[in-house]
Amino acid sequence: MKKAGSRIYMALVFLFLYAPILVLVVFSFNDTATASRTVWDGFTLRWYQRLFEDRMLLEALRNTIVIAVVAAIVSTVLGTMAAVGINSMKKLPRRIVMNVTNLPMVNPDIVTGVSLMLLFVAAVSLFGGRSLGMGSLTAAHITFCLPYVILSVLPKLRQMDPNLYEAAQDLGSPPVKAFFKVVLPEIVPGIVTGMIMAFTLSIDDFVISYFTSGTTQTLPIYIYSMTRRRVSPEINALSTVLFTVVMALLIVVNVRGSKDKAAERKGEEHS
Amino acid sequence: MKTKSKLLSAPYSVWMTVFIVVPMVLVVWFAFTDTAGNFTVENILNVGQYSNVFLRSIGLGAVATVISLVMGYPLAYGIAKMAPRRQSVMVMLVMLPMWMNFLLRTYSWMTLLEDNGLINALLTSIGLPRLHMINTGGAVVLGMVYNYLPYMILPLYSVLTKIDQSVIEAAQDLGANSRHVFLRVIMPMSTPGIISGVTMVFVPAVSTFIISKMLGGGGNLLIGDLIDMQFLGSAYNPNLGSAISLVLMVIILICMGIMNQFDDSDGEEGGIMP
Repeated sequence: MKKAGSRIYMALVFLFLYAPILVLVVFSFNDTATASRTVWDGFTLRWYQRLFEDRMLLEALRNTIVIAVVAAIVSTVLGTMAAVGINSMKKLPRRIVMNVTNLPMVNPDIVTGVSLMLLFVAAVSLFGGRSLGMGSLTAAHITFCLPYVILSVLPKLRQMDPNLYEAAQDLGSPPVKAFFKVVLPEIVPGIVTGMIMAFTLSIDDFVISYFTSGTTQTLPIYIYSMTRRRVSPEINALSTVLFTVVMALLIVVNVRGSKDKAAERKGEEHS
Repeated sequence: MKTKSKLLSAPYSVWMTVFIVVPMVLVVWFAFTDTAGNFTVENILNVGQYSNVFLRSIGLGAVATVISLVMGYPLAYGIAKMAPRRQSVMVMLVMLPMWMNFLLRTYSWMTLLEDNGLINALLTSIGLPRLHMINTGGAVVLGMVYNYLPYMILPLYSVLTKIDQSVIEAAQDLGANSRHVFLRVIMPMSTPGIISGVTMVFVPAVSTFIISKMLGGGGNLLIGDLIDMQFLGSAYNPNLGSAISLVLMVIILICMGIMNQFDDSDGEEGGIMP
């Protein structure tokens, strides 16, 4: 009896979480002339067609992907290097660096956004150069991604046996080679997690981009302007496409993850 | 060798100085100067005029946080009691909506809550009167709960799933009824999760400016809207905007300080990251 109650409760919460998404998806196929969002007028794919003809949207999508790739790579490299450095620091400097690292995670996004906007506006008025755009967006994205990379790499470094690295050096391996052969393989899972997080955070970010983009459009900024204009079911079609892509990616990652885990378990049994 | 690896963090230190420390200094600088660049405390004093906006933000944020906790706790507990294989599926189901851009999810609630929206269409079709839901404080709270509920569920789940079942059995063997088991054993052991869940919902809820814009109409201005107006809106005034941002940061720091008073663990557990 108690179990049934808990099941029903869970179903209700999931209904709450998914009903709005379902509504978006269903109405993306609605063949309406008046852009009405509540009356069903038959099935159509025309909103999808219009989506792929929307040049502004495609440009925003391209910007988003370019920024996310650059931000993910740069923040992963800088962040991994930083994590190795932080790991070998003494207590006091480590605390200072970690406090600055935590700042953008603790601060509300809007404060990070406006503070970066002040910086970029000041830089433009001091040094000239182009106004806000791809450059400022990419710098902002690298900045808010870095802490996540560091916080995923650091625990892996802590778990590692420091003697391994020293042993490699004692056996005559130069420090750089010892790092790439001994340390790096141990922390790769943390690096990959950090990179994936950086990439997804960058793709999804609206608030910080909103304040640092100038007139450049990214996908979330374009979506925002669409919701303001309260336009056609095109926005529903876009939601559906994005949701499908995310779901497919998650399923692929999870299936691979559970396969890896199964393989690991098997390996443990054999050893 | 140690000195060499320390050097590896030098580029990062430079980056964070330029893009985190300097911007924060700029916020403080702008907050305490006028448009000519002279020192003034007027901006900070002017923030007082907006105390009703601050109170509304904190109030709506707090209500949304409490609702998320009450809604999320039983769900997290239910998931933690399932078989391991089903747990990971359920966690994925909780996370999936988070991966869709929050603007789209909030937009969907606009279409649901409107006066001619789906919920009202449903109500009239079964003969009930229409409800006015959009552009109210309630709609803003709903938007906050909807967007941030997963941030409550995940940290709660991650502490609840670590509670050793034998501790609960021990309490039962010693004669505790289920209410006592919950209040004396499970609740205290899940405090780190409650704290990080509350923080992760309250901070974005208090500082949001999109949810209020989309679901609250013009009458439910929040701190975030106020900041937005000073930087990119009609009331362009970065000095006042910086002062408001500074006050918002201080409020959030105070709230987090209060929350951490309840936390007697090392703070390593209960994070959203596995």
